[in-house]
This record gives sequence, structure tokens and C-alpha cells, in this order.
Amino acid sequence: MIAWSRWRPWLGALLWLALALPPLRHATQATMTLQMLVQIPMLAIAGWWLRPWLPRRAADALEAWNGGGISGIVLASLVAMVWMLPRMMDASLDNPWIALAKFASVPLLVGLALAVSWPRAGFVVRGVFLLEVVATAFRLGWLYRVSPVRLCSNYLLDDQQRLGNVMLALGVAICLVLAWKLVWGRIDIDGARGNRA
Amino acid sequence: MSVFRTLLASLVILAAGVATLAAATHGFRAFTSETARRIDVREHPRALPAVPLQTASGEHIDFSGLRGRWLLVDFIYTRCMTYCSVQGSEFARLQGRLADPIAHDQVMLLSVSFDPAHDGPEQLRAYQQRSGDRGAGWIAARPTNTADLDALMQVFGVTAIPDGLGGYVHNAAIAVVDPQGRLVAITDWDAPDDAERYVRRGLAR
Repeated sequence: MIAWSRWRPWLGALLWLALALPPLRHATQATMTLQMLVQIPMLAIAGWWLRPWLPRRAADALEAWNGGGISGIVLASLVAMVWMLPRMMDASLDNPWIALAKFASVPLLVGLALAVSWPRAGFVVRGVFLLEVVATAFRLGWLYRVSPVRLCSNYLLDDQQRLGNVMLALGVAICLVLAWKLVWGRIDIDGARGNRA
Repeated sequence: MSVFRTLLASLVILAAGVATLAAATHGFRAFTSETARRIDVREHPRALPAVPLQTASGEHIDFSGLRGRWLLVDFIYTRCMTYCSVQGSEFARLQGRLADPIAHDQVMLLSVSFDPAHDGPEQLRAYQQRSGDRGAGWIAARPTNTADLDALMQVFGVTAIPDGLGGYVHNAAIAVVDPQGRLVAITDWDAPDDAERYVRRGLAR
């Protein structure tokens, strides 16, 4: 356990760097499905793993402004929304500045923000967030599945439809996991460790 | 106190987030890059670079040399076997409907190949012939080097990607260039009426 938490931020930084370097960057954005369901989530995970490197003082200062993890979760949701726009998925391939913004903001403002906020979030906040994740998977999944036009100039239509199918499946899978957790899992109604608002 | 600070922080984040989303979507009007490029062109006409082109008859022309008349421009590759092969017949149809202003040298149609390595003058000529070229006012041409091609695709906002079958998929459209040589509008490739209406409105002014 101790070894893992010591190595995790290094692993996060390494993952971040590897994803940003051309070979893996090109590979993980070769299709719309990969960019949306591999590249962006992996960047967020890299940022999440950086949590132990956040200085204690900074974490304490943030905590006062982040009761129940709400501010951080709002931030992560909005930043994730920006990068899910078909237009931005296109632009991050065409425009190096947009690519830079994506590779900087997803780890820090989505991954790290969630790592700081999630442990402090109570049942309701987590529930609202997860509901929105599921709803987004279904909404976008359906849109990508049925849209007769290509939403990204850089990706093919069958790629877009495949992403739609995978997102619908993902939505169902998350629902099943959540249902299982609600029925058989252990739930801390008022959250969460470290929740001292 | 933490409650108020959190509320304040969340509201600030929300406002910044909505502002960012608005900026990223041209004020919630463009969720795809195709819509964005159309709005952007309409609101900020783009000056075209003076790129040389080689036409189907082998002669060399230049974008700046085409100024003084309305131009309808589409991007093509002559090997297209799917929907984009209809682009040619749509242009031939436009050629007929705009015959009058074309005869007065007020309008010209221009098809630019984004596959210049394959589309030489001969291929371009064959493309026009099988599309039903009526003989006047329609030029098919190719850029003469990749830097020029990139510059043109950049300014027109054209993206062509391999379709995995040896061809391309591209955001086909009809671009409208005004007599000052500025790209002023982008209309649907399969709705030449829109392009025609735009040009006729411009001529009437």
C-alpha cells in the first residue's frame, strides 16, 4: 500500500508525458472512439494519480473553498464538457494550442480536481455526478449512433457510430455497477472520509 | 463559512465554465467544426492567398487573377466513387443555371483538387467531361505543390481524411468568394440553390 502511494504520482507523471509524446498521442487520437474513451480518460487518470504531490498547504487552502468537494466536481464536469464537444475534439487535432490546452487541463482540472474532491463528496453529490455521467453516456451515445452527418471533420462516420454504441454499452455497464453497489455494496450516506465541512 | 466560500467558488467556476463553453461554440451556435467554420467565414470574411493553380487545360492561373467576379469553389478528388462524385454534376447544373452571369463574366466556378499527385490536367478534364461540363465558366485545377495545397485547405477549412478504401472523406461544400477575392460564405455541397441565391443577391446589390 505504502509503496503504491509513493509510486503513484510518478506513474501519473509518466503516463501524462507518454500520452503527450507524439507516438502515443497520435495512436490515442487515431479514432474518435480512442480519443474520447481512451486518451481523455487516461489523461484524467494521470492527473488523479498526481494527488500526493499536491502540497499540504495548497490542499488545505483549497479545502475551505471546496466543501463537500462540490467546487472541484463542478470544475471537472465543465472542463470535461468542453473537451467532449465534437468541435473541440476536432480542434485538438488541428490546432496545437488547443491540443496543449487539452493536455494541460484534463489532467489538472479534471483528474486532479476529482482526486481532491471525490473523497470529500457525500452520497448526494456523488449521486448527482454519477447520474450525469450515465446521462451523458446515453445522450452522446444515442446522438453518435443516429447522427447521419459526421460531427468531426477528422473522423469517419462509422467510427462515430461505433463510439455511439460503445458509449451506450458503457452507460448500461455503469448503471449495472451502480445498481449492484446500491443493493449489495456499502454506502456511507454522509460521505465520506475527511468530510469535515 | 466553508458553505459560502464553496458556493462562491462554484458560482465563479460555473460562470467561467459557461463563458468557456460559449467561446468554444460561437455562443452555443456551433457544436461541430463544420458549423463553426461556416459561422466564422460569414462573420469574418477571409482573404485568399495568391496561390498558383494548374488548370485542366494545362495553363497556370492564380487566385488573385480570378478577382473581379464571384467565384463558387468546391474541393474535389477525381477518383471519388461515393457521394462526392455528385459534386461534379451539381457544378455542371450550376453552370447551366448561372449561364447568363457566366456569359457576362460576373461568375465563375472553380473545382480545386486536394489530390494533386493523382489529379493532373488529364484527370481533371475527364472529370469535367463525365460530370456534364457545358464548356464555359467552369475551371478545374490543382495546386502545384503541397505547401500551396495546405495553405488553401487551411484558409477554406477543408479537411480530407483517408476513408480506408483508398479514397478520402472530406467536408464537401460550396465556398463563395466575392469579387474582392474574399471567402464570404460556405453553403451545402448538395444544395447549389443556396450558392446560386447568394451570388444572385450579390450581383443584384
